[in-house]
Amino acid sequence: MDLALQLLFTGIGIGAVYALVALGFVLIFRATNVVNFAQGEFSMVAAYLMVVAVEAGLPYWAAFIVALLGMALLGVVFNLGVYYPLRHRTYLPVIIATIGASILLANSVLAIYGPQPQVLEGWFETPGIQVGPVYLDSQYLLIICVTICLVIFNFWFFEKTLLGKKLQATSQDKEMASLLGISVSTMIMITFIYSAVLGGLAGILVAPVLFVSIQMGSTIALKAFAATIIGGFGDVAGAIIGGLALGVIETFGAAYISVPYKDGFAFLVLVAFLIFRPQGIFGERVAEKA
Amino acid sequence: MSAPSDNMPIPAPAVRSKPLVIRHLPYFIGAAILVALAANMRFDGYVHNILLQATTFSIAVFGLSVVLGLCGQINLAQAAFFGLGAYAVGIGTTDLHVSFWLCLVGGCLISLLAGAFLGMSTLRLGGHYLAMVTISFQQIVTLVMINAIWLTHGPDGVSNIKRPDLFQTSQSYLAFCVAMLAIVGYLVWHLSDTKLGRAMRAVRDNELAAGVNGIDVFRTKIYAFALCALLGGLAGGLFAGGFAYVSPDQFSFAESIVFLTMSLLGGVASPIGSAIGTGLLILIPEWLRFLKSVPGLYLAIYGLFVILIIRFMPDGIWGFVADAFTRWRAKLAAPPVAGALQLKPAMTGGDTVLEVTGLSKYFGGLKAVDGVDIAVKRGGVHALIGPNGSGKTTTLNVLSGLYQATSGRIVLDGTDITDMPPHQRTASGLGRTFQNIRLFRSMTALENVEIGAERPGNTMVGKGDDALTERAMEALTFVGLGSRANELISSFSYGHQRLIEIARALASNPTLLLLDEPAAGLNSTEKLELHELLKRIAAQGLTILIIDHDMTLVSEAAQHITVLNFGRRIADGESMAVLRHPDVVSAYLGSE
Repeated sequence: MDLALQLLFTGIGIGAVYALVALGFVLIFRATNVVNFAQGEFSMVAAYLMVVAVEAGLPYWAAFIVALLGMALLGVVFNLGVYYPLRHRTYLPVIIATIGASILLANSVLAIYGPQPQVLEGWFETPGIQVGPVYLDSQYLLIICVTICLVIFNFWFFEKTLLGKKLQATSQDKEMASLLGISVSTMIMITFIYSAVLGGLAGILVAPVLFVSIQMGSTIALKAFAATIIGGFGDVAGAIIGGLALGVIETFGAAYISVPYKDGFAFLVLVAFLIFRPQGIFGERVAEKA
Repeated sequence: MSAPSDNMPIPAPAVRSKPLVIRHLPYFIGAAILVALAANMRFDGYVHNILLQATTFSIAVFGLSVVLGLCGQINLAQAAFFGLGAYAVGIGTTDLHVSFWLCLVGGCLISLLAGAFLGMSTLRLGGHYLAMVTISFQQIVTLVMINAIWLTHGPDGVSNIKRPDLFQTSQSYLAFCVAMLAIVGYLVWHLSDTKLGRAMRAVRDNELAAGVNGIDVFRTKIYAFALCALLGGLAGGLFAGGFAYVSPDQFSFAESIVFLTMSLLGGVASPIGSAIGTGLLILIPEWLRFLKSVPGLYLAIYGLFVILIIRFMPDGIWGFVADAFTRWRAKLAAPPVAGALQLKPAMTGGDTVLEVTGLSKYFGGLKAVDGVDIAVKRGGVHALIGPNGSGKTTTLNVLSGLYQATSGRIVLDGTDITDMPPHQRTASGLGRTFQNIRLFRSMTALENVEIGAERPGNTMVGKGDDALTERAMEALTFVGLGSRANELISSFSYGHQRLIEIARALASNPTLLLLDEPAAGLNSTEKLELHELLKRIAAQGLTILIIDHDMTLVSEAAQHITVLNFGRRIADGESMAVLRHPDVVSAYLGSE
């Protein structure tokens, strides 16, 4: 029982990271109707930026800001270089281009830093606290807190601010939004920046828990995508619930079934959902109209 | 719209084309020469290895040209399927001491089954699901290859893999692989002109239109995906025999991306393009070997290539060449002359062709269609009208199966079609057009209409491709576009595209033709010609159910009118009487 509680905590912590990346997926999908396959690389690049900034002698908080600014810039470059030129084409070329971008980002980092995984210190000096039978790792606690704050921020941003409403309008009907004087290309640019920063945040938070490696991007992206399907594609709440569920399933699977195949559980859960409940827990939006 | 003189039946001098084998003879001669060269020329080991790699990789990339090029579905796990075939031969011929041939077939089967399973679980959903699921599958296969040491020898890989007795020397084995490449290449090349290949292209261009033209979209996609996996497995088996050693890193996700880049670079839609892309991407890294000294650099360049190709050369090198060639040929080749179109609607049911009872369609709480009855009498034109938002198009979408009815019953010519998917309804004799035209954009007018003619259960088409072309030409000539049959859809005006859509439906010899706002977007001359066309169709005894806003067209063309408002039927009967009905007048003009 104690072990189960401990695993539940770890699972929710890692699941929160998946949830953050999944949120980035969903936001871009809703704004552009495309799945951004380089979303996971945003996390990886941010973690490397963080490592470099810390090694350069910046204090942790300054490194954090530098890394997030770098991600915002990457979001701009990504939109202009990959999505924007293809915005009038069908989804397939765009998907392939984002896959190309993902390969480019991962391997550019590999070419620059080499294959050796890097280590990033955690934010806090204290490694964690013992609460009854469960040991609460401080980094996991931080991840969970940040995720809760971001979920609240998201709700406030999209429901209560004018900019959030404009973004929603753009994602629902681009033509109408532009007729109402909303600059669609600006809104899409903002979405990409926001998603890159979100993905980057997830990468920086999870970096002290995992190693900072080239593969971390694609691993996280796969889990996050599975999370969005489990939750219901295109649904914000679904992405978060799906991410948490996946983190828990995976942690328990690794503890009780098999460690080397830990990364395979996400796939099995994904296929089970695709077969039995493809619309996910919260349901996807309806198909194309004739 | 074009000159009516085009419609005059001209006695058709039936041009019989030569049998396929003779037309394609140059290909086989060329292939035989290549095989002979591979068997007899002396290569040093390095060149030999490059040739062997190019040959086997090309076969795997042919798989992508089927699934991505023909059918428009993505596969990011081709290296995994390649690996399944390679490990089947590797483990089979060494640890299990099974004959090479059995292992090769077994590897193909395993890949095929894995591909079919992945396809069945995912292909009903959008393309992004398939992309992610194939990536996940790729990761799983890699995990198993590395971790299941008892089976795969783990990261060390399998060595001393056997070749078949018949092709023991590396020279003869290369010749054998080249022969396999030629055979597979021929099949893939020819596939696009078969019924299955046309169905794949139709699915790629427009899934909805493919469905209502009698194509089982889901099954077509599964065939394409499974075929791609099968070719991957075959290529992997040949690869393992050739190099005698396999290890997990040869079948990683990065390798899947390399396959994808090869396919995109050469031209995704054709096997020639695939072969060009494969050859280039095997040779270029050899020339740029120094790039490999920095890990990641050459894959980073691949990634950049993918982005640039997609942006600047979407059809690849070969697509670029072939496109110019096709346009040039379309100008030269005069389409065959066709006879008059015969429409013989099936007559199995009674006097009523379409019997709709209590039809409802709810979207959540919204009752878009609410308990509607429609009875369409055989022969003549029946119109379904109503103000905007009255549920007309929803009704049509429920009738053609794009939406499932919430309740009610639809009987077409004596057959209950309520629960059928779109392609089965088409097979039962339903034809339709769309308000916003849905043609297969990458095909010629003739090919579009051929897909219509190919509907299962079309009794008006004989056996063979010639009969199909003849039927399609008749339909195109009937709408007045016979002389432009070989032009691509993009070169037709909006009005002409609408006519091609009608021709596509007519070629299938439907029992009932559903026209969704055919006059929308047409100018007044075109509307008059449309009216004439409807008369000529009705004169052949084909029943038409038409939805339109154009009251002149409706009142002149239709003998019978059903009026909807707010999802309910408010009037039904003989045209003139219905149009004077007070409820109808108030629905359109508003009441006091």
